[in-house]
Amino acid sequence: MTWLEDKISSPSKLNKSSQFDWDWVLVWVLRIMAAITGAIVLLIVIFLILESLPFLLVKGIGPFFTDPTWNPTEGLYNFTPMLWGTLLATMGSVVVATPLGIISALFCQYYAPVAMGNLYRRLIELLAGIPSVVYGFWGLVVLVPLINRLHPPGASLLAGIIILTIMILPTIALVADASFGKVPQEYLLGATSLGLSKWGTICNVVFPAAKSGLFTGVILTVGRAIGETMAVLMVCGNVVETPSSIFDPIRTLTANIALEMAYALGNHRSALFVSGLALMAIIVLLAVAAEVITVTSSPVTKNS
Amino acid sequence: MKQEIIKSPISTILVWLVAVLVTGTFAWILGDIIFHGVGGISWEFLTTAPEDAGRSGGIGPILVSTGLILAVAMGVSVPLGVGTAILLAEFTSATNWFGRFVRRSLDILAGVPSIVFGLFGNAFFAKTLGLGFSILSGGLTLACMVLPILIRSAEEGLRGVPDELRLGAAALGLSRTTTLFHLLLPAAIPGLLVGLVLGIGRAIAETAALVFTSGYVARMPQSLLDSGRSLSIHIFDLSMNISGGDTNAYGSALVLVILLLMINATAAWLAHQSSSKYNDSYQFR
Repeated sequence: MTWLEDKISSPSKLNKSSQFDWDWVLVWVLRIMAAITGAIVLLIVIFLILESLPFLLVKGIGPFFTDPTWNPTEGLYNFTPMLWGTLLATMGSVVVATPLGIISALFCQYYAPVAMGNLYRRLIELLAGIPSVVYGFWGLVVLVPLINRLHPPGASLLAGIIILTIMILPTIALVADASFGKVPQEYLLGATSLGLSKWGTICNVVFPAAKSGLFTGVILTVGRAIGETMAVLMVCGNVVETPSSIFDPIRTLTANIALEMAYALGNHRSALFVSGLALMAIIVLLAVAAEVITVTSSPVTKNS
Repeated sequence: MKQEIIKSPISTILVWLVAVLVTGTFAWILGDIIFHGVGGISWEFLTTAPEDAGRSGGIGPILVSTGLILAVAMGVSVPLGVGTAILLAEFTSATNWFGRFVRRSLDILAGVPSIVFGLFGNAFFAKTLGLGFSILSGGLTLACMVLPILIRSAEEGLRGVPDELRLGAAALGLSRTTTLFHLLLPAAIPGLLVGLVLGIGRAIAETAALVFTSGYVARMPQSLLDSGRSLSIHIFDLSMNISGGDTNAYGSALVLVILLLMINATAAWLAHQSSSKYNDSYQFR
């Protein structure tokens, strides 16, 4: 960006002997590439809407909440059980993973010896890179039988929450670690010289200073949990009913799409795209929320 | 103050407990996959075709399909991503509306669930563009998905190149095109490679976006328009739909995990290279 900030003129513009302004061509090629990149999100939204319209125009969104059940072959499209499934699995896993992730980051930054902290951070990065299908497979062959012994059938909301927790913990740990890393060293030294204990420093100095980063991390995590498909599909049992206990099987919105897209036609297909559109809307809202938090409430990290 | 003294050791124990718990869970998952998978992996397993719906035989054609899907994804996304990154890092100010629009949409793109990419790929590449269930559809869908990661790393790589190079080149009367191709991009290569490797890691791990774009067919693909089953879909199919497929699913999962560990190690090594590069050779001040 130094070319723009320092107002350096492009040498090729001054060179009269050259017939052709290659820099001009370059900038326009790059602009076209960036325009294509920027257009992808719009394309996604447009195609989701196009595919959803046949259903929405004819039936509206009423059937998704008022139909007696979800049975697309009979023309019944009640999403409520899947909405509960997604909501409960997401909330459960975020509530468990947030403290674990933040404490993991505290461990890296303030408790572990430097070498061990780095090793632990590397481990978390590895965890973040493991494919959801591998977590799902492990959940299916190890976790579900274990829960089954505790309380049949095993494939349940609980299994989903545990797997999601393992999957989203790295995200929140890495974001929290990064925002703890940005807390100015002076704050920590100041707190120590005032005689605050380590935990006191963390509660009263580190958390307030890193607040916006932590909130952003939690929001990112919520998005990840809502959108997760394969692992949840593999361990949750996928029965379409609103769960009454943590041991009941659930089906999430994402799992529903993955299970039925292969053979869905007409209104059924369209209904699945409506659920996709709803997921997309949630993600956009979360992104906006994350942006608002970052912009409005990070005076500490900005001033330092 | 008294309260603080009492609280401190408990909190320390708690923090260490959580760290042990997380490490233990990770070791459990990885250990389980390695313990059950290592017996199944052999040269034969890696090269032969699956038989009996995958219960026996190997994963040869599946590795080929996975490679082809990755090649399509990276072949499309790398030029597009690097181009966008150059524009954002070198030619666009922070307040420019176009730059802000592209950045904002990349932020959203990074959070889009993979199943939504799958829906989009199915509607756009497979149906509207008529590519059907094919390696090409799957690869293009993944290309959209890895763009944000690629662009972020490439941008960071370019921003890491010292301004002295740009100023020096301008003083010598080099055009920006020349500066870019002969100075900035070569200097930013480690950053670009980190993005490439992370992108491959994300793409190879993907399942949900491929189920209705590249399809399930486990035969050796004859062209990019053939349906091809990726390694991750193979694991999913064996464990969910094929009873008695667990042995080979373990083997395939281990192959996938090993690939990812290698990709991760490469990315870490490259990132280290790029961070130490300017400390050694470009100390101007």
